[in-house]
Amino acid sequence: MSGTNLPATVDQIFITFTHWVAHFFPSAFQPIVADVLGVIGIISVFPGLFAITVLLERKGLGRMQNRYGPNRVGPWGLFQPVADGIKALTKEDVVPFHADNVVHFLAPLILLTAVFMGFAVLPVGHHMELMNMDAGLLFFFAMGASSELSVFMAGWSSRNKYSLLGAMRAVAQMISYEVPLLLTSVIVVMLTGSLSLPRIVEAQAGYSGILPHWYVFTPMGFAAFIMFGIAATAETNRSPFDLPEGESEIIAGYFTEYSGFKFAMFFIAEYLAMFSISGIATTLFLGGWAAPFSFLTVVPSWFWFFAKVMCFIFVFIWMRGTLPRLRQDQLMNFAWKFVLPFTLVDLVVTGIWRFMGEGILRWIVCSLILIATYLIMGRTGMVRKPFAPRSYRYAE
Amino acid sequence: MLGEGIIKGMLETARNFAGSYVSKERLITVQYPEEREALPENARVFPFLVYDGPEWLPGLRCVACQICEKECPPKCIYIDKSADKKPDAAGKPQNYPTRFDIDVSVCMSCQICVEVCPFDAIKMDKQFEYSTDDRFGGLLLDREKLAKSNEYYHQIHPVEANEVDTRLAEERAAAAAKAKAAAEAAAAKAAAAKAAAEKAAAETPAAAPAAEKPAAPKPPTSGGGGA
Ligand code: SF4
Ligand code: SF4
Repeated sequence: MSGTNLPATVDQIFITFTHWVAHFFPSAFQPIVADVLGVIGIISVFPGLFAITVLLERKGLGRMQNRYGPNRVGPWGLFQPVADGIKALTKEDVVPFHADNVVHFLAPLILLTAVFMGFAVLPVGHHMELMNMDAGLLFFFAMGASSELSVFMAGWSSRNKYSLLGAMRAVAQMISYEVPLLLTSVIVVMLTGSLSLPRIVEAQAGYSGILPHWYVFTPMGFAAFIMFGIAATAETNRSPFDLPEGESEIIAGYFTEYSGFKFAMFFIAEYLAMFSISGIATTLFLGGWAAPFSFLTVVPSWFWFFAKVMCFIFVFIWMRGTLPRLRQDQLMNFAWKFVLPFTLVDLVVTGIWRFMGEGILRWIVCSLILIATYLIMGRTGMVRKPFAPRSYRYAE
Repeated sequence: MLGEGIIKGMLETARNFAGSYVSKERLITVQYPEEREALPENARVFPFLVYDGPEWLPGLRCVACQICEKECPPKCIYIDKSADKKPDAAGKPQNYPTRFDIDVSVCMSCQICVEVCPFDAIKMDKQFEYSTDDRFGGLLLDREKLAKSNEYYHQIHPVEANEVDTRLAEERAAAAAKAKAAAEAAAAKAAAAKAAAEKAAAETPAAAPAAEKPAAPKPPTSGGGGA
């Protein structure tokens, strides 16, 4: 930290700060203090980002539909998140009479906890991860999967048909799309040879000339990235996969019976899940905190991480502004008949890539296989079935 | 190809997104309290009472005939008729409402009161900003709040107001002519009757009441037309 290397100093400024605070404590406590500081960082940065994102989403969606979006609270509606927060905090907390009180109360807490846990292994900058786990990827997906539990807890304990329907849909959807989500990340694991997220980023942080070595710039990496994006959208219940909370069908899905701050917790958890899944997508395919060009490495690594996450978020918003909601059968068809088989082919292609050695040939072969698969499966698997009179079968 | 439609759709929304920052025409939202659109001429919200001349109370056209009160489907008009009479715009003595209330929280803007009023005294207003924190008193409009000048009526519904004014003028002219004719006829009749009576009196006294009969109903007829 001598000041001779300014970019590196700025890059590691948070680490330096943590060490500086920790050195006031006896050495036995220093790791704990550092961890607590990291947790405080995560707990304050991501909800802050959530507030900004909600505003940007409302504004962006408005613009996509040729509306203004919120512009009343403060200049350009900048204080809208504050107003929303005050509103959520001051609302009455209604719990249905027949609800299972304990489970009803625990569901949002567990959801939020599970979502926050996922951030622990995300490398948000160079050396900036709370836990450097060897199997960080597994930990991340384990935490992601446990959010399904709380979704179902919320739906079940509310004793409301809409909540239950929403929870059933959510669980069915999340489990279906968890499979391609994991398989696509297996592709990255195969390319890197490690489950540790910092190692995955470091493997992508090199440059050929000025171009980075991100996995998205390989044929199977690109295909996996697209499939990961689709599965991630479904995982976070975002439009067009927002069936679990399709307000035109089942009110608000599994959190229909939540109000006030508990509702806000579901809302926050949904957005945090979006951040964490965007963060993992960035880490796996877009080089995490690595700069997009070699000459941009002077910009701090954490800036690049958050910039990429926000790009991802923007695409989420963009899709929400464009695509209508899928039907349940279309959702399942798409998961099992297209995304999953395509991901499996992609896995095989990754193996081929690995064993063909360096050279232009493997680029051509792998790209051709993937494009052909995409075209054939798109033609055969996803054709629209002609409508026919519905036939009913009754029990005799 | 699979996904083609999605890309097309995404491009469309991207065009909207970028376009809304460039061209103002895309943003069709009227930001209401600051920006307003002119209401179409035939817009109607709640009724008001028209008055002629500078003062609202003497100029009220309403004669408290209570037809509108009876016809109003949700019964949101309340009228008290005066015991005395005051001269109306044309100078004729008429009753007037000592109380004329419309509860606009009940009014359904059907315009039936306007259609049935024989005196063109009640018309539809364009004023729609009645929000208040007093939900009972604030939405019960009394005759002072309801009274608006004929000039105001011309402002909000020019075509209709001109029509009404021409009709009223014609009616008044016709009534005046009729009254004049009737008065002349009555005078002539009276003179004739007088002469006949004098003549008859000389012959038989029983002919006098029969001769006076046609002259008697005249004044009420002209009175009705004159309003
Ligand atoms: S507004 Fe017209 S109908 Fe109603 S009481 Fe007055 S004169 Fe009669
Ligand atoms: S507009 Fe209809 S509802 Fe309103 S006062 Fe007139 S008759 Fe009654």
